[in-house]
Order: sequence, then C-alpha cells, then structure tokens
Amino acid sequence: MANLLADPDSGLTPAQLAARHGLRVAGERPTIGAYSGQLWRYRHFISAYAHAKLTASFSNARLGQLWQVLTPLSNAAVYFLIFGVVLEQTRNMPNFIAYLTTGVFIFNFTQVSLQQGTQAISGNLGLIRALHFPRACLPLAITATQFQQLLGSIVVLLIIVVATGEPITLMWLMLVPAVLLQTVFNAGLTMAMARLGAKATDLKQVMPFILRAWMYGSGVLYSVTLFAENLPGWATGIVQFNPMLVYIELARISLLENTHLLNDSLPLTWLIALGWAVVAGLGGYFYFWRGEQEYGRG
Amino acid sequence: MVNLEMSNDVTVTLPRIEERIPTVVVDDAHVVYRVYRGSAGNTSPVAAFKRLITRTNTPNVREVHAVRGVSFTAYRGEAIGLIGTNGSGKSTLLRAIAGLLPVERGAVYTQGQPSLLGVNAALLNDLPGERNVTIGCLAMGMSPADVRRKLPEIIEFSGINQRGDFASLPMRTYSSGMSARLRFSIAAAKQHDVLLIDEALATGDKAFRKRSERRVRELRESAGTVFLVSHQLSSVRDTCERTIWLESGEIRMDGPTREVLAAYEAFTNGK
Repeated sequence: MANLLADPDSGLTPAQLAARHGLRVAGERPTIGAYSGQLWRYRHFISAYAHAKLTASFSNARLGQLWQVLTPLSNAAVYFLIFGVVLEQTRNMPNFIAYLTTGVFIFNFTQVSLQQGTQAISGNLGLIRALHFPRACLPLAITATQFQQLLGSIVVLLIIVVATGEPITLMWLMLVPAVLLQTVFNAGLTMAMARLGAKATDLKQVMPFILRAWMYGSGVLYSVTLFAENLPGWATGIVQFNPMLVYIELARISLLENTHLLNDSLPLTWLIALGWAVVAGLGGYFYFWRGEQEYGRG
Repeated sequence: MVNLEMSNDVTVTLPRIEERIPTVVVDDAHVVYRVYRGSAGNTSPVAAFKRLITRTNTPNVREVHAVRGVSFTAYRGEAIGLIGTNGSGKSTLLRAIAGLLPVERGAVYTQGQPSLLGVNAALLNDLPGERNVTIGCLAMGMSPADVRRKLPEIIEFSGINQRGDFASLPMRTYSSGMSARLRFSIAAAKQHDVLLIDEALATGDKAFRKRSERRVRELRESAGTVFLVSHQLSSVRDTCERTIWLESGEIRMDGPTREVLAAYEAFTNGK
C-alpha cells in the first residue's frame, strides 16, 4: 500500500501535508539557543533529580548521609598514614594534614563527577527512552549532586583547618569563587564524559587509570615543590597549567596561611582557573548538545 | 473536531466536512538498527586486538531491517492500534515516531513531542513511588506547582496504595504490575499531543485496565492521538477505532479495527 498521497482529500504528498500543518521531523535536534531555553525550564527537574540521586545513594547504608563526610575523611586518613607518616612528607612542610585534606576533597569533587559522568547516559537508558527532556539534565544533575557533597566536605575541611592551627581570615572567602569556577569546569567535563561514555563502553574501564594519573599530576598527596625540583622546566610548565592543580592551589591559598605552591603569581593562577572553566564549560556543553539526538538509541 | 460517536464510521464512509488535522505523518520510513552481539561474536583478546588493528567492527554488529517502507497519516482525536506477530516491528515503529530511533530512509513528521510509554521504562528503583511521580512529572516538563497538585491524583489513579502505604516505599519493593501501573499513571497525567503506549495496558489487574482505557479515551478526546501496541486484541478493540497491522516490517492492513482484527485473527489461527 505505498501511496504517494498522504491525505486523499487534499491531494498532498506526506511532506507537503506535514509542512502545511507545521509538523516537525521526529527527534530533530533543537538549536543551541532553544536547547538552553529548554534546559532552563527543566531546572526544577535537575535539582529534584540531583537530590533524589543523593538520597538514593545512601538509602541502603545505615549511617545514611553521614557517609557524605565519612568517605572523604577516611580517604584523607589513609593518605595521611601513607604519605604523612610512612613516607614522611611532613618534613619541612607546614601543616601537612590541612594541605593533604584540601587536595583530597577538592580533587574528589572532580573525580567522582567524571566517574559518574561516564554513566550519566548509559546508566539512565530507561528514563531516557521513556521520557523526553533535554539530556544535559542528567550530567548537570550529577555535578549538582557532587556539589552538594562537596559542601558537606568543606564543612569538615574548615574544622580540620582550624583544628590544625590555621587562623580564620578574610582569605577564606576566596574559596567561594574558586569552587564555583571548578563547578563550571566539572559540569562541562561531565557533559563531555557523558557523551563519550554513551558510545565508548570501554571508557568505564579506562577512567580509573586516567583519574589516578591525573591525581598524581595535581600534587594532591605530596608537596607541589617536588614537581619543580624533579621535573625538567618544560614539564613543570605543563603541570602549572593543569586545571586540577590550579583549583587545588586556589583552595590552599585561601585556607592555609603558609603553604607550598607551584604557581607564584596569584593573578595568573586565577586566569588559568577562569580559562579552564570557560573552555571546559562551553566546550563540554557544545559537544554534549551536538550528540543530543543520539542518546538512548541502539 | 470529530466527535466520538461518529468516529467509528468516519474512517470508513462518511464524507468529511471539516479538514482533519494530522498529528503524525510517516512517509515511507525504513528503520535499521544495529545490535551489538556481545558474547555471540569472537571476543577473545586476540580477535579483539585484530579488529582494532584492521579497524573492522563487523563481527560484533548485526543490522536488523525492522521497518521497511511504512507510510500512514494519523489524525487528531484518533486512537490507533498496532498489531502484528512478535518481531513484526511494532515497537520499533513506535520508537521511530517518538524520535528515539533514526529512520534510515523516508521521514517521520510529528506534532509536538510524542511520548513513548513502555512497560520497560524504569524510573528510579531506589526511590519511593511518590518521589518517582515527582521526578517523572518534572521530566515531562510540568511546573513544581502542577506536580504538587497532581501528585495525590496520580497516586490515587495508579491504585498502588490499595494494599497499604506503598507510595512511600522504594519502587524496587513493588510487584511488576504495580510499577507498570504507576508508570502509566505518571505518563497519562499530562496532556500529550501524541501518546505512544507499548503494551502498558496489558499489565495491571482488570479494574486498572478499565480505568486506564477510560483515561486513554479522555486523552484522545482532548485532541490527542494515541497509538497502542498490544497483543491483547480485546484492549485494542475497546480503545481503538483504527488499526494498523504490521507484518515483517510492512503494513499488511490499515483500516477500521473490526475488519483488521478479523483478518488478523484469521491469519494467526490459520498458522
């Protein structure tokens, strides 16, 4: 029954009929402007979904949301035992405990966002195939969840910082823009990982190695001066532009009075932090939007 | 606007006075999807490495030509049943209309954003039913105020609270019928231009089936188009006045439900 006319009454071909009544091609990708508008209308969905995910992840644990702070705290304790006590990084290092926990908590924010980002699409296929919403909601919800987690960690961090003898100064306020820039950076990167993870299923296996290497390159666990001492000049130059190192350094500058830094110039550090946030944020968003109509297929 | 009493015959004989408004136009659509065979192919490390070097991907991927040149036009206020034996391409066609599978050739035009409602559409199993309703409704683009207003209505409609307070328990504790009912209730809470239902009415007990059939009729009357895929011919007979019979990805018959079902029953009994 392959009829050329879609509607016997009007004598139009299917395409003409569709055009006449303003029908659109199914599953067409909206323009990036329209997409951003949709995303804004779905902001309540993003926050509800992020909150729900957070509660769900602790729903089976007896200590519940206490794990939100217990996990980074026990991580920091293990690292302190290895790098502080066994390997004696504490030598000629002021306040190593605060230095270490700042690094661990800040890095953890990005690390978990990216790990979960690879699953943002592939782990929610049921939702994606059932309902229509801008898919960027999913990676953004992951970033929002991790941001909430980070706020919990920061409270613990501030207590540790004060308990280890740091003064409370106005510099602490610098932590706010630093964390916000990192959040934008994370959101963009999480969106990029979500698209990659939707197609390349091997990524989940590779991610732990990439993140491990990234952590060692960000001076989380040891003094950053080791980079300058042991690496050739050009390599140190590269490490200085490492976004994670930059975000961690900004947090350390704001919280610790006297600490080891790789980047001497504070304005330059802020510039790099801002640059990475813009590049990753916009780039990740654009890259994710380009794949919008592919998600949930196959 | 076609009124309901008339609609049974309208598709057959009555001359149309008003112009009917199409909501879905499918124009010679072909859908081919690729299946990753996973363990069925040769997955030994050597074979995988060889594929990587030679850049071939074929042994692991198989193409299935599920829909072959389907054309039809659906109008506002119609409920259309899609029937056919297993693997005839019904669900694939629905997913193409929903915009979830690309068409290889041809085109699918739709009004607004069709919503696909399938039995397998899982929400968040670790969360209580209420929370799932909230999230589901927000995901359909409702405002938080609307969601608060509709929440009791949706829970009531799904009937999950008939055996005690299940709405506050995680969805993983629900029976399969209960969660299918809740999912249907969520999707049916919103006014859709085009609603695609994949076997959802089959689950759930008789009382719920009656309720949901009534809801489908309401949705259709308020200017929507409903597609229903089902193996239960009775629910197609009760809800749809037009039926499309797909066989091996092609339309075998398209017309009034009574005629198509009679032909289909003769076909399946003859086998």
